Amino acid sequence: MQTYDLANGSLRELNATLHAQNKTTNQTSWKIINPRGAHAIACGLDSPIEVAIHGSTGYYSAGMNQHATVNIKGSAGPGVAENMMSGKVVIDGDASQYAGATGHGGLLVIKGNASSRCGISMKGINIVVHGNIGHMSAFMAQSGNMVVCGDAGDALGDSCYEASLFVRGSVKSLGADCEEKEMRPEHLEILRELLVQGECDAKPAEFKRYGSARTLYNFNIDNAY
Amino acid sequence: MSINHSGIPRTTPRQSATFTQDINSEIRRAAATGIYDIRGGGAKRKLPTFDDLLFLGASISRYPLEGYREKCDTNVTIGGLNAANPIHLEIPITIAGMSFGALSGPAKEALGRGASEAGTSTTTGDGGMTPEERGHSSKLVYQYLPSRYGMNPNDLRKADAIEIVVGQGAKPGGGGMLLGQKISDRVAQMRNLPKGIDQRSACRHPDWTGPDDLEIKILELREITGWKVPIYVKVAGARPYYDTTLAIKAGADAIVLDGMQGGTAATQDVFIEHVGQPTLAIVRPAVKALQDLGMHRKVQLILSGGIRTGADVAKAMALGADAVAIGTAALIALGDNDPKWEKDYNKLGTTSGAYDDWHEGQDPAGITTQDPELMKRFDPIEGGRRLRNYLKVMTLEAQTIARACGKNHLHNLEPEDLVALTMEAAAMAQVPLAGTDWWPGKSGSF
Repeated sequence: MQTYDLANGSLRELNATLHAQNKTTNQTSWKIINPRGAHAIACGLDSPIEVAIHGSTGYYSAGMNQHATVNIKGSAGPGVAENMMSGKVVIDGDASQYAGATGHGGLLVIKGNASSRCGISMKGINIVVHGNIGHMSAFMAQSGNMVVCGDAGDALGDSCYEASLFVRGSVKSLGADCEEKEMRPEHLEILRELLVQGECDAKPAEFKRYGSARTLYNFNIDNAY
Repeated sequence: MSINHSGIPRTTPRQSATFTQDINSEIRRAAATGIYDIRGGGAKRKLPTFDDLLFLGASISRYPLEGYREKCDTNVTIGGLNAANPIHLEIPITIAGMSFGALSGPAKEALGRGASEAGTSTTTGDGGMTPEERGHSSKLVYQYLPSRYGMNPNDLRKADAIEIVVGQGAKPGGGGMLLGQKISDRVAQMRNLPKGIDQRSACRHPDWTGPDDLEIKILELREITGWKVPIYVKVAGARPYYDTTLAIKAGADAIVLDGMQGGTAATQDVFIEHVGQPTLAIVRPAVKALQDLGMHRKVQLILSGGIRTGADVAKAMALGADAVAIGTAALIALGDNDPKWEKDYNKLGTTSGAYDDWHEGQDPAGITTQDPELMKRFDPIEGGRRLRNYLKVMTLEAQTIARACGKNHLHNLEPEDLVALTMEAAAMAQVPLAGTDWWPGKSGSF
């Protein structure tokens, strides 16, 4: 286990050190202490290392992650795991707005609540939220899956495309062109797997599925908002 | 004079200056379809432009440099403020962002070939980076857009610079648009969206709002790319003083400022023609912002929107820009709107020079299309050669003017070298009306 103390080191040195790890590194386990809300911690990782951040982070922690597993043992600021490509990011606490924004792949697990615009413009990422999510989540969500074990705020899935949104609790309102969809066996299977991966003991049968009504895919004046 | 059946002279039929034939045809089109007009390109309306400015040249008080003999440098370095590897360009004319999707793969290749041969950079667009484009561009600027189509850290690290796109001159406040006709399998795959649907990109970034967030976003991008490459911020010419000020505050290495003549692949005509400001009007406020913060020539200003000739380049630089970017002009150099395709333009209900339905993917020149048959009409090697020639001519023209003004570098051109032909141009460019020492708003004037 390698330990890096951000109270005594710089963000640049930390990220450069983590970026220098390649696929064959034997320094596979990292512990970062005293993050103290710093921005852009562990962003741009590109190797199968494990990074545990002991404390809360600022903006864009684990941004554009590839291959790495990042565990934030606190809460995360805006844009955590934005544009993630692969790997896994787990937040023990809450996540601020834009969590997992535009993510192309990988798994983001938020064990607390997520604020507004969770999964905005997601492009293949899977997101599991143990608690609630805020308004405008999954706005323009293109692909991937979002699992919400609590409630969803206003305008869920506004203008979404082919992403699947699973919510166990209430949905305050659906956004433009988002509707409840049939839950077929293949969706229950996806959900079951994500709940296991997300370390969540909820039952798939308790969820409803939401997705695009596809009325905005090609412009029609009668469907305009 | 015509006479009616009662023998009374008739007045000549009079067309309305308000309800013109153009307006009436648009009303009829709107009534028939129920959808606004979508097109490509930039503003077509008559605007104050660089054509309303003249260089004074040399005289007894200024002596010229010998054309073709005495040195007149054209190089520019962009991004030296923070980046370990700033971009060094041989000419101050760059190729603006245009997407694969809006343009064919061969057209993007030609832009890379031509720009590289001329010693300048080209830029990706709203659709990600293609291997062909990277391979043929010696200096490639990677756009970071609200849609984040195709965005990934591997391509980010292949870029020579990153351009965070906040706005575009053709549509300040609007997102990109790529209609279903142009969404081929490859375009759809790069954008993670189904084939054939209308793609309407977000108008603002998904994970930041405002200058304080932008500063942190720039930090993240620098961290991911190891502080190696410059980070540009592109804004539309909406509020150039404040936008330039805020982009500098956020840590931009360069500002790309795009006037309303700047083109787009597709958006609403009403947006193109009625939102934004002319390129002539935006350069001085942006330069003032740079000067007020002590950052002029440290943070570079790249001006775009309707740049066509070496004279435009020289005027932009005389007003304080460090470089310019061209988009529409580059496409014309490749062969867009060439009269040799007139019969095909006529079949589409238009004519060469006026063709702007780039979003429909039926471009007779094979440039703004994803149709494999139309794409065969375009040769990327020939296109690249034409673009190189055009860039070299523009550069020679700008050097000709600079030498005539006694400057041994294009950057040495200055507002004092210019006069304006109209009151509007004098006010916007803040140079004297020709024959006077006055411009509207000049300190001490009425």
